Amino acid sequence: MNRHRIQRLGFVLVGCASLLVTAPILLVVASIVVRGASAIDWEFLSTMPSQGMKAGGILPAIVGTLWLLGGTALICIPVGVGGAIYLAEYARDTWFTRAIRLAIVNLAGIPSIVYGLFGLGLFVLFLRLGTSILAASLTLAIMTIPVITSTSEEAIRAVPVEFRTVSASLGGTRWQGIRRIVLPQALPGIITGIILGLLRAAGETAPILFTGAAFFLPRLPRTLLDPTMALPYHLYVITTQVPGMPQQVQYGTALILLLLVLSLNVIATVIRSYFRRRRQW
Amino acid sequence: MVTDAEGLLKHKICIDNLHYSYGDEEVLKGINLDIPARAVTVLFGPAGGGKTTLLRLINRLNDMVDGTKMTGTIRLDGQDIYAPGTEISSLRRRVGMVFALPLPLPGTIRENVLYGPRLAGMKDAAQCEEILSRSLQQAAIWDEVKDRLDDAAHRLSGGQQQRLCIARSLALEPEVLLLDEPTSGLDPISTAKVEESLFALRRDYTIVIVPHSVQQAARVADYAAFFLMGELIEHGPDKQLFTAPKEPKTEEYVTGRFG
Amino acid sequence: MHNSRWSEFAVESLIRVLGFSTVGLVALIFVFLLREGLPVLSEVALPNFLGRAWYPTFGSFGILPLVLGSVLVTVTAIAIALPLGLATAVFVREVAPGWAREILKPMIEVLAGIPSVVLGFFGMTMVAPWVRQTLGTATGLTAITGSLILTYMALPTLISVAEDALDAVPKSYRDAGLAMGATQWQTIWRVIVPAARSGIVTAAMLAMGRAIGETMAVMMVTGNAARMPTEWDALLRPVRTMTATVAAEMGEVAKGSTHYHALFAIGIVLFVITFAINMTAARAIFAKRRRGGLR
Repeated sequence: MNRHRIQRLGFVLVGCASLLVTAPILLVVASIVVRGASAIDWEFLSTMPSQGMKAGGILPAIVGTLWLLGGTALICIPVGVGGAIYLAEYARDTWFTRAIRLAIVNLAGIPSIVYGLFGLGLFVLFLRLGTSILAASLTLAIMTIPVITSTSEEAIRAVPVEFRTVSASLGGTRWQGIRRIVLPQALPGIITGIILGLLRAAGETAPILFTGAAFFLPRLPRTLLDPTMALPYHLYVITTQVPGMPQQVQYGTALILLLLVLSLNVIATVIRSYFRRRRQW
Repeated sequence: MVTDAEGLLKHKICIDNLHYSYGDEEVLKGINLDIPARAVTVLFGPAGGGKTTLLRLINRLNDMVDGTKMTGTIRLDGQDIYAPGTEISSLRRRVGMVFALPLPLPGTIRENVLYGPRLAGMKDAAQCEEILSRSLQQAAIWDEVKDRLDDAAHRLSGGQQQRLCIARSLALEPEVLLLDEPTSGLDPISTAKVEESLFALRRDYTIVIVPHSVQQAARVADYAAFFLMGELIEHGPDKQLFTAPKEPKTEEYVTGRFG
Repeated sequence: MHNSRWSEFAVESLIRVLGFSTVGLVALIFVFLLREGLPVLSEVALPNFLGRAWYPTFGSFGILPLVLGSVLVTVTAIAIALPLGLATAVFVREVAPGWAREILKPMIEVLAGIPSVVLGFFGMTMVAPWVRQTLGTATGLTAITGSLILTYMALPTLISVAEDALDAVPKSYRDAGLAMGATQWQTIWRVIVPAARSGIVTAAMLAMGRAIGETMAVMMVTGNAARMPTEWDALLRPVRTMTATVAAEMGEVAKGSTHYHALFAIGIVLFVITFAINMTAARAIFAKRRRGGLR
């Protein structure tokens, strides 16, 4: 066989591999959209579950996930972005900085269920927060910090170093340069990172299993110390723990969760490409 | 150049026995140089002579570089600028800097010019407008931008950007203006405009410039200093250096035999 | 002026503390796992804990079947994902026309974002019946079902790290290969991929770390039988991973009981495994970064 024919065959082969990677993604999304769409109406989104969750809506799970997202954001954004500013602007190349970087890689790699155990041990039991939105948000936040830190650091580093020099030459202190020039320029990248981090948190079940998620609650949570239902956990419950569940409800719930995550994904992509085009350097 | 009653030159910046190294590499080897007030001093010589480093030391921009070592003193109006307790921000307001490449900050022309004054706490709108027009006029760019002060600065041409950068430094009313090859990226017409604005400023400011060619050095200098491999070979009034240099190395360089 | 100087000092100090906090967090996590997990060693004899039977109700806390279950599912998943992911990375970086890249990259990002439970649900309803029919197994909830789902959960990490590795191969290597008369295809497999070798290994390791820690999807599709997966057809039988065990049982145990401590001990094992994997991968990444690019 001639080598150009081998090349053509090879290209087709790696193309097929890519198809094999992407086709199931389409299949997952399409099957859930097709089967879930009919379940979704206003009632499904706005009412409490009834008849042992086999009928009614999923309002408490949606509201719960929003609570958890808000709580997580509140904690992980300042810590994650602060850490990124430190790493990009202040840290010198010392053994301690390397330790921080290793810690971030490791935090990002710790299994989500281990975060769940940690949250149970520290927040729920040791700090006596109980299974609550607060404990679950703290757990999710710690899991999200490394994502936000590494994407934000990258965004901050992408701002040309000359801007900092110019700011300093005009009498600006280091922090003034960061606050007035670097951060505004890095903001789109930072926001993208935050959204990608929160998107992961929104879909996680394992970290909230023992820290804040409730099987079923007859009413919406009122304070941060209440446990809450959440979309991913609810999907787990109605697909594995409740026999005789109508498939439509399962697919409907999966679709809502998927829509939440995909829309965050789209927002992140749009922000990134919009600001990349408008960048002034 | 400003002289005192006895006809002696008045010096703005005095550099004494300055040694400076990056790691093991010494880039300034015992520099002694007094820079006259209200005049254009050019630091010239082949690349790698330590001119840019010296400039960056005069407003302590090299503080941000790790792994360096400095001995000797630099005094501004008799004050050691490396003395402990020196307010670096206010030093940099007194000693402005223009870089080799035009580096407009992100934002509008107005925001660029007012960046320094605003950091210094300037809030009064009328005063801001005054600073804006004064410094843009001094940098000879006012007529070109006065109708579009709120346009993005990075849309200006290279030459306009560089004059904007000069205006941005002038907005702080510095006493000294350092320019590091300010025309290296510009076409001849833009270069002429930048030099023109420097010419207009020379009686009010102490200007230290690293030129991008010997020709430019000769055109703009009141006072000149020739640097070679980290050493100050010769310095003196421009006429002397460019027409009757004492050192053979200076002569070789000025007449274009090397460099 | 003085006031602003002070507030600036406060902000900068805060940022430093936040920067340091990540190291503290890793330590804190490990300390709490040890605190809740180590007591199991005084409550259960070591041979029991490292034994072949996990029957907590009867006092048997042998984690071996769970460890092997995790290893089986993970290694199988990476064995499938590595060729698939590498081929995709090669396609995206070296072969694909621009428009195909514009479609592929966002789709892989979407895959990375799909929640674990959604993939688990899909696995239960679509993949498991397919496995049962095509492979003729008694149930669709088997190790191989878990591996298939894990393959797709590992792919985004694998592809993006492998892509970076390919990207870091200097252009001169490519040019040299082509200049010597090799076809593009030959250059890819004989020059570029070998040059990116260690980056690809790193990609596989990071993906393995991801896969071994994956919980919900695996729990939903592997059948969760805590038995030694040592038969030749273990892949076609139900299996139980470490992560699934913790997730399924922690909700029902009494706090402070031996069972509770044993589940935390599994957490320690998971932590140590992923820590080791990530440390090794990070070492490769940082070492390469200093030499300019991950290869």
